[in-house]
Amino acid sequence: MNTTRDSQVTANNERVQTLRPPVDVMEDEHGIVLHADMPGVASEDLNISVEDKVLRIEADARLDTPDEMKAVYAEFRTPRYVREFSLSGELDAQKIDATLRNGLLVLKIPKHEHAKPRKISVNVR
Amino acid sequence: MASVTSRSGAWFDPFEQLRREMDSLFESSFGPASIRSPARGAFPAVNVGISPESVDVYLFLPGLDPEKLDVSLEDHVLTVSGERPPTEGDGRVYLRERFSGAFTRAINLPDEVDPENSRAEYRNGVLRVSFGRRQEARVRRIEVK
Repeated sequence: MNTTRDSQVTANNERVQTLRPPVDVMEDEHGIVLHADMPGVASEDLNISVEDKVLRIEADARLDTPDEMKAVYAEFRTPRYVREFSLSGELDAQKIDATLRNGLLVLKIPKHEHAKPRKISVNVR
Repeated sequence: MASVTSRSGAWFDPFEQLRREMDSLFESSFGPASIRSPARGAFPAVNVGISPESVDVYLFLPGLDPEKLDVSLEDHVLTVSGERPPTEGDGRVYLRERFSGAFTRAINLPDEVDPENSRAEYRNGVLRVSFGRRQEARVRRIEVK
């Protein structure tokens, strides 16, 4: 059973299959770093938005295909990527840094300054 | 080589029908799979398409250095191998879904591919290997007079 495929209804009221791109998510002292595999996506087809603390990544994959090409074998069949994450309060959604290169999306979501871990020095008297 | 246009609708329409056929194919088991059949969910995913002038193989390999890919053709089997290191990071890991490590895919190509007429291109994380089809195999339109 394939659990990475969902469907959504588009503006034309068509039901479209979508694919959740596989991600690596890590956290360090600066914030969250997310890597997402999105082959076939160019930056003009990528949409990243945050609304109500929900990060939404959406993109359409496109492939160059010759005229009159017929599919013989296809493991990758779903052209639309969609994935959502809820962001906790200490993350600063206004400062998301996104880079897309070779179909790999890297998102850096920093923590609010005040949320970063701070060493509290102890004065000894 | 054939002219190339970018029409995502054209690509995915034929695959949609194929998807339905393949889903039903995999659901029922009949006979042994080809010895070269990949496991489901293998990395990278592969698509193969045939057009009048070419055979095109697409491998979905985001975030790679194309120089480190090994692409070879022997006896109509196209083999693509490489390695993708795991994502670096010092901190806590919450999710690790992306494939990492060495990979290799072997794809059976139809007999009529012309090894002398081939091209490979890596764009947006998709490796596309194209082969011309031998003259004899090309579809020839027969005019009805």
